[in-house]
Amino acid sequence: MTTRTMQFKIYRYDPDRDDKPYMQDISVEVDSTDRKLLDALVKLKAKDDTIAFRRSCREGVCGSDAVNINGRNGLACLTDLKDLPEPVTLRPLPGLPVIRDLIVDMTQFFKQYHSIKPYLINNDPPPETERLQSPEERDELNGVYECILCACCSTSCPSFWWNPDKFVGPAGLLQAYRFIADTRDQATSERLDNLEDPYRLFRCHTIMNCVDVCPKGLNPTRAIGKIKDMMVKRAI
Amino acid sequence: MVNKIVVGAHYGLKDWLAQRVTAVVMAAYTLIVAILLLGQENLGYASWRAFMAGGFMRFFTFLFVVCLIWHVWVGVRDIWMDYVTPTGMRLALHVLTLLALVGYLGWAASILWRL
Repeated sequence: MTTRTMQFKIYRYDPDRDDKPYMQDISVEVDSTDRKLLDALVKLKAKDDTIAFRRSCREGVCGSDAVNINGRNGLACLTDLKDLPEPVTLRPLPGLPVIRDLIVDMTQFFKQYHSIKPYLINNDPPPETERLQSPEERDELNGVYECILCACCSTSCPSFWWNPDKFVGPAGLLQAYRFIADTRDQATSERLDNLEDPYRLFRCHTIMNCVDVCPKGLNPTRAIGKIKDMMVKRAI
Repeated sequence: MVNKIVVGAHYGLKDWLAQRVTAVVMAAYTLIVAILLLGQENLGYASWRAFMAGGFMRFFTFLFVVCLIWHVWVGVRDIWMDYVTPTGMRLALHVLTLLALVGYLGWAASILWRL
């Protein structure tokens, strides 16, 4: 087993101890079985247990280890160590308040997510079996339902940085389209009403940082475009 | 007044659509004028004036100016909305922008009228 030393620069901030944030230079020995950035982070934590970061499933499903890696948002557990230029600069997701080190306060992000009512609205009595869809209707949900709410997209969006309290953000809008596109949902018109606003939807200026960084390869910009198309169709 | 986040102005779609339609008109104008001008020989004041005084060009130029003004209004208002948060100051900037743009529209119309 070969080992090598990797150099890291990590954003450190503990509001109880530090007056202001600083970047810490730190190195760690990684071996050939350490494939992903999260493996290195776990070793860094073993070396200096004051470093704080979130992680859970370590396989790109929970979305909790989203960080800014060399200036680009991504999941530590899906980022290959061998491709990373050194020193690897790790910062918390931009635009959200820092709780400590790489941990950010996601309250605003989830407030926007909840604002689009991320659940099926159907007032018909539930049938004896499930509510059915045709394969074509179900296909429309592919590429939107897979979002893991890691916030990589919304925190790389300049429109979300400027107006996190009013702009829903790419993650929330992708989820909004997931329910607008669902043939079992009966609240399409209310959902469109909820988004027809210069801030909530139309702060998106098609910058497409969201598409660039999504670790699941999803396309929020396309979903936002489809919401706009539906609004046009409804209006004319 | 309570300090609550208020959204739901219900005018986003119209402006988004207007920005796209006006962009298409401006792109078409630019292309057509470029092609027509490239076809002109000895472009001087007299031929330039004659070119702009034609009925088609007067109509199309006025349409272009209206589209430009509308497009600028949506774009500049977006900038104020992003960067100016105090409501009073933003409203003042919106009004000043609108007044300036209406003035420019009148000025452009008077120039076209004199041709």
